[in-house]
Amino acid sequence: MKISRDEVLRVAQLAHLELAPEEVETYRGQLDEILAYIGKLQELDVSGVEPMTQMRPQAARGPHHGAATTAGAEGATAAGAEPELREDVVVPCKVAEAVLAQAPDAVKPFFRVPKVIER
Amino acid sequence: MNPTPSWTVHSIRDALLAKKTSARELAKDFYAQIERRNPEINAFLALCPERAYAQADRVDAAIATGQPLGSLAGVPVAIKDVISTQGVPTTCGSKILENYTPPYDATAIERLEKAGAVILGKTNCDEFAMGSSNENSAYGPVRNPVALDRVPGGSSGGSAAAVAAGMSVVALGTDTGGSIRQPGAYCGVPALMPTYGRVSRYGLIAFASSLDRIGPFATNIADAATVMSVIAGHDSNDSTSAAVDVPDYAAEMEKSLDGLRIGVPEDYFGAGLDLELKAKIMAGIALLERLGCKRVPLKMPHTDYAIATYYIVATAEASSNLARYDGVRYGLRIRGDTLMDMYRRTREHGFGAEVKRRIMLGTYALSSGYYDAYYLRAQKVRALIAGDFANAFEKVDAIVTPTAPTPAFKLGEKTADPLEMYLADIYTVTGSLAGVPGISVPCGKTAAGLPIGMQIFASHFGEARILQLARAFEKAGGFSI
Repeated sequence: MKISRDEVLRVAQLAHLELAPEEVETYRGQLDEILAYIGKLQELDVSGVEPMTQMRPQAARGPHHGAATTAGAEGATAAGAEPELREDVVVPCKVAEAVLAQAPDAVKPFFRVPKVIER
Repeated sequence: MNPTPSWTVHSIRDALLAKKTSARELAKDFYAQIERRNPEINAFLALCPERAYAQADRVDAAIATGQPLGSLAGVPVAIKDVISTQGVPTTCGSKILENYTPPYDATAIERLEKAGAVILGKTNCDEFAMGSSNENSAYGPVRNPVALDRVPGGSSGGSAAAVAAGMSVVALGTDTGGSIRQPGAYCGVPALMPTYGRVSRYGLIAFASSLDRIGPFATNIADAATVMSVIAGHDSNDSTSAAVDVPDYAAEMEKSLDGLRIGVPEDYFGAGLDLELKAKIMAGIALLERLGCKRVPLKMPHTDYAIATYYIVATAEASSNLARYDGVRYGLRIRGDTLMDMYRRTREHGFGAEVKRRIMLGTYALSSGYYDAYYLRAQKVRALIAGDFANAFEKVDAIVTPTAPTPAFKLGEKTADPLEMYLADIYTVTGSLAGVPGISVPCGKTAAGLPIGMQIFASHFGEARILQLARAFEKAGGFSI
């Protein structure tokens, strides 16, 4: 067994989900089966493999570089690590009213929620 | 005039310029077709006729006064309901966003309308794009227009069905693990997942941010190319969108296939692939060879680990992205005595079973004590899968595979077994993890008349290559092989 009932309850708590009693066993069984399948990842030797933490292909930088394998490795890798950032300039953003209009409970200019701090 | 899939971007343009119809008339015809077909298919969750007719009138006024027309002028478009549309409800197929109306348009929407497209409405999908059959929508499943007892695929099932049933000329979907290509295959329409970063994700409601992509459904390759030329390109509102030039797809797709090397990875043709389907894909590959391609056998040894990798990476990202639905700022709120009660009850009532399952799986994979064994390991295997593609593209210009292991299955057939449902994505998740573009094109039908999809991958930003192969395949009759 990959995952116990207690672990399901712990995960639900971390994820802010209030599972109904009958859901706990259903999810335990299903997650168990899925995790058993995912266990096949343990078959692979991943020593020395760098985790893929970002999606920018190495050659995706300048124009006219079609494939990740065609660009010069060093320059492209260095450039590829940098995200495409816009200038940091202030622009008007007058959306507060439209945003608050979507709230289930709002008192301008706030979202209202149940009391968090007990006196 | 009866709108059928025979309307294309180009035939609409010609008809408008020849004054044989107007954009308003066309929109009206498509809404009539939606009225006829949608009750049994359930592809649309919301229609926006006011917005559509206002846009159609702008196009008609431009024609009347001889102004230049955008490349999608008057073209009816359907939009998957995970893409934000200002003033038009956007639910992600979820109860938790039942009453949500975005205060802004996604970049892809802005670009479509700037090019003259007429947005008809929002299409049904699996909740938060999580699913392979469209049965996870809080608003009921979509039915496959080709066979109503079968699923249209998912998660962009509504967009695929809308185009296949002639309720829209083109549509936008999103693909995280196969959600454009697999429904395209099941419904028998071309469906393109662009390179990660090719199309801005600004305004796309996030499922798994390192995988999510917006792309088109169409009835033909030229239309898909036109939509791509409109929506592709850098956007300063999405830091992951790439500043890479957008080629002239319409010109590129007409180039000869002579000498192109197509890789055929044996790992995509093993046990689990339906034999009838395999025969058609082989016939499709033979046709590409007759068109001048050179076939190259390939090994992509980590293919078999893609589903396991995907369901860790995608669910981990989802568990983080979906933390925002807590009843505070938008969408559903179920009251509770404390803030924590409110969060928990809102999420318990607002999310469907599959979304909760994935949030749980992702939370588990990221949790203390399991992170290294699951998430970190999955990211390393992801690098190996991306490496399979990088190695392949040193030898070949494109990779050809089946899109899915089987044709469309029956409604309810896989709902009891989540893992079996996940395996419907076995050939599509690889390209998702690697970030490369892929298309599904129709490749004949089974004896029972169910559409078959052939998938073509190219290297990063190789959409032009994909369209070139797909276009030649289409012209040579490959779609009905």
